[in-house]
Amino acid sequence: MKLWKFLAVLVAFGVLGLAQAGNPLVLDKASTPQDIALSVFGDAAFAPAIMRATNSKALVDPTFARITRLDEVLPAGAKVWVPEETWAKAFLAVWDPNRVEDLFGGGKLVVGSWWTAGGEAEGLEALFALYREGYPDVVIVNATVAGGAGFVFKAVLKPRLIAGDPPDTFQLHAGLEVEGYSPETYLRPLDDLYAIFGWDKVFPPDLLDLMRYQGHYWGVPVNIHRSNVLWYSKEIFAQYNLTPPANWDEFFQICEFLKGKGIVPITLANAGGWEAPHLFETILASTMTPEEYRGLWTGETPWTHPGVTKALEILKKLLDYVNPDYSAHTWDTVLEYIAAGRGAMNVMGDWAMGWFMAKGVDVGWAPVPGTKGVFVALSDTFAFPKRAPNPINVIGWLEVCGSKAGQIAFNMRKGSIPARTDITPEEKAQFNSYLQSCMDDWARDAIVPSVMHGAAAPESWVVDFKDAVNLFLVTKDVAGTQAALVAAAKAALGK
Amino acid sequence: MRFKLRRDTILSVLLILPSALAIFIFVYGFIAFTAYVSFSNWNRLVPDYTFVGASNYLRLFQNPRFIITLRNLGVFTGLFVGGSLFLGFFLAVLLDRRIKAEGFFRTVYLYPLALSFIVTGVVWRWLLNPGSPQMGSTGINLLLEMMGLGFLKSGWYTDPRVGIIAVAVAAIWQMSGYVMAMYLAGLRGIPEELREAARVDGASELQIYRFVVLPLLRPITFGALIVLGHISLKIYDLVVAMTGPGPGYSCDVPAYFMWELTFRANRFAQGAGIAVILLFIVSLLIIPYLRYSLRREVEA
Amino acid sequence: MRIKPLRILLYAVLLAFAAYYLMPVYVLVVTSLKGFAEVNLYRMWNPPRSFSLESFRRALFGGMGYQGLAPNILNSVVMVLPATLISAALGSLNGYIFARWQFRGANTLFTLALFGMFIPYQSILIPLVQTLRAVGLYGSIPGLILTHVIYGIPITTLIFRNYYATVPKELVEAARIDGAGLLGVYRRIMLPLSLPGFAVVLIWQFTSIWNDFLFAVTVAQNPAVQPVTVALNNLAGSFIVEWNVQMAGALLAALPTLLVYIFLGRYFMRGLLAGSLKG
Repeated sequence: MKLWKFLAVLVAFGVLGLAQAGNPLVLDKASTPQDIALSVFGDAAFAPAIMRATNSKALVDPTFARITRLDEVLPAGAKVWVPEETWAKAFLAVWDPNRVEDLFGGGKLVVGSWWTAGGEAEGLEALFALYREGYPDVVIVNATVAGGAGFVFKAVLKPRLIAGDPPDTFQLHAGLEVEGYSPETYLRPLDDLYAIFGWDKVFPPDLLDLMRYQGHYWGVPVNIHRSNVLWYSKEIFAQYNLTPPANWDEFFQICEFLKGKGIVPITLANAGGWEAPHLFETILASTMTPEEYRGLWTGETPWTHPGVTKALEILKKLLDYVNPDYSAHTWDTVLEYIAAGRGAMNVMGDWAMGWFMAKGVDVGWAPVPGTKGVFVALSDTFAFPKRAPNPINVIGWLEVCGSKAGQIAFNMRKGSIPARTDITPEEKAQFNSYLQSCMDDWARDAIVPSVMHGAAAPESWVVDFKDAVNLFLVTKDVAGTQAALVAAAKAALGK
Repeated sequence: MRFKLRRDTILSVLLILPSALAIFIFVYGFIAFTAYVSFSNWNRLVPDYTFVGASNYLRLFQNPRFIITLRNLGVFTGLFVGGSLFLGFFLAVLLDRRIKAEGFFRTVYLYPLALSFIVTGVVWRWLLNPGSPQMGSTGINLLLEMMGLGFLKSGWYTDPRVGIIAVAVAAIWQMSGYVMAMYLAGLRGIPEELREAARVDGASELQIYRFVVLPLLRPITFGALIVLGHISLKIYDLVVAMTGPGPGYSCDVPAYFMWELTFRANRFAQGAGIAVILLFIVSLLIIPYLRYSLRREVEA
Repeated sequence: MRIKPLRILLYAVLLAFAAYYLMPVYVLVVTSLKGFAEVNLYRMWNPPRSFSLESFRRALFGGMGYQGLAPNILNSVVMVLPATLISAALGSLNGYIFARWQFRGANTLFTLALFGMFIPYQSILIPLVQTLRAVGLYGSIPGLILTHVIYGIPITTLIFRNYYATVPKELVEAARIDGAGLLGVYRRIMLPLSLPGFAVVLIWQFTSIWNDFLFAVTVAQNPAVQPVTVALNNLAGSFIVEWNVQMAGALLAALPTLLVYIFLGRYFMRGLLAGSLKG
């Protein structure tokens, strides 16, 4: 028996922007939220979702009813908001029935990140704009702290997590970096939200594997960066008729040749202490198969593997061809060599493209020698702390982060690519040519995790790994460094 | 009179009490907590206060990076404190010679004190960038070249042998003005008759400084030592902004390493261990100062 | 002083040092006047090709991916004034008592307080956050003020104690014979004499509190109350640093403390002078 007749109500969408997905509903007879839930969703349990969604609307549009109790009888003619079923399910998954305050809408959404300036800040702002369209009742607090890929941010965040006062959501590298946040204690697993929003179907399987720690998902990825890119000066390569090296033998031939011309063959930075280890991780990905490389971080590949020895020997040889002042440079200032035509190549993640574009340098790119078909990936995700003060507001945020619209808007500005694989050719065409080629590789290549950007290993291991490589730059002791790397793995894996 | 004195004594204790209480909690409470953590097993994000004895300290002293940072701290403290004292004193002596535009010079020497290490660190990173044969020199090396002093060029903080010395150069730039101001004030406070008397006794200018002025300035030197010393032991923001840990950790310092151990590697117990070791070094430094200043008061 | 060439040498040395001290500011200023495309490590000494205040405008008011510093400068002012004044007042009182009313154990207490100067602050962030949360001041400007006041006690007490130790004993004795008690001596003798001491402490505290980054970023995690140092740090992106904007921001953030030194520097000197020859 059909009790209710639905009326399509035209709401002035222009005023509100694109509203939260769902439909307004004008009651044709007095009823409680539970009645409405039963009739719309076939389950009275959805009543809190309707109450919350309606109250959120009422805060910005007084024509909506304000509901104070789940069994409140709303008069005929009252207008409520029926949220989309995915959101309603996510709401029920997240909502703690002891928290009545979550049924009234509004409040804040505190977003912690280290995206403070430039394209990444603009990308973040684009995500905020999308969120505000759906949830105009929520005040976004942009709690950013800059500094060395979260160097400072993490020091601010960790005491807050321990003290039980985290932001509502925060930036976290995809992969094993999550170990450093003791997710089983401090974070909410997102498996249910992955199922509800269908994220487990739109991200590539290699990434999903990477996202799972202790069998659970802990963050929603918004972007993908590639770490193993060899940038080269088109000018120098054209002048001497060179082609980008496909393997290390070709690479060193080019180096030897360019050195004779008084050009720095391969530029290197290490003022931040992470740039040379970053180079080393891409070399590691070239001296072993993707499976072996992944195995280094799970214990399946021993660190005594000849591929590690070979990688150290390549790095040692490569140091003969770098600029002498590498420890004075951060990753960006060293690119001045290439801009000035005094340096030929550089290995850096694909955020370097943004620098080259800002400086108007015409630069070529190729995978790091020996890594064709391998995509060393890093990704930023947003996590959901267990004690987030405004948990309901986080649902919409993660929804925006994982959505196609959100990923396109964010990545076009940040200079990275969407983690989703269902980007259409028309959508792809909006990105620059580097990013388009990167998207092709992302869909095609074997994806392996970056160490230095939090994907492959827990942070305590990353620190040991980085320390060993940094000492190697001075000692050039292959055997000793490999022993240190073996010891670091042993300490981290406990075997 | 006796009664009044006692009442005032009670009052003086009462007035000190809020500060004492605050220090008791925020300094000693926190130090106690840190020391407690340093003997615990808290080496991931979730606190774990299981007692593990001195194992965190053992691991620290087995870590080559920690040993390097301790050595760097020693070198840095020596250079920075010594260099600031020397340069500050030198400038004060020059400025004490009835200089025209003394106010201008004083302000110029003193103003770096107004800036934060975070700001000056970045600029010094640029200034001490050595450049390279391919790109040419830059920063200070370029200036030296232009002045015909090319032989003075250095790899600065890119050279593991120089490393921490470059950091000390920036730190001296920042704090030597303060020492200059203290010494200048001190020099002005020395009655001219004393020097005159020495001159009459046939002392040379150098001897006057050695035997009259310097002993009188000793309290200032000690005061400056305390201020410079506490900056030196805690220095990390300059390192963060200027060099990072440097090649082979040649610019690394314990406070920076502590930050990375604690907040990146989540080894809270080991990080706490570094803090305790630093505090131990402090007490070695501060106890002689206090013995000196208290002894002096007894004499006075 | 009799020989002229020596005089010239003296001025030459002084000027050379002035150039050395001004060098970093020169780089800051010229870089901040350039556009990003023109910023180049290898041409840091070159003057800008054209004069533009665009970097300053962006650093101050934001735009194109930046949050401006302007609101944070206001936060800093709101924080630094009370923090400086309260810590100077406390230091003066403590210093006076430690210098003149040495009850039993005063020296030990003073030693213990002084020791507080030396804690590496990054090692106590976790108990600090928890304590401030417990008293309900975490994440607010008052919380930050409290933190600065407390960790300022050792240095302000030290400076004032050394300063008051120079006040002649006879003055204090005379006032006491006149019947003045502890507070009476403070009000009638010490306070009027301590203006130069206040100058030193106020300037010192103003500068160090204004420049503090660690407490600011830890205690004031709410962006609405963050001081300028945190906002300055945020001008640097993790993947792109526009050095011109960064350095313009650095100059703007340093302006108040620079002005204090330029215009009040002589009071600082006078204060040091007045309290000098006692350690």
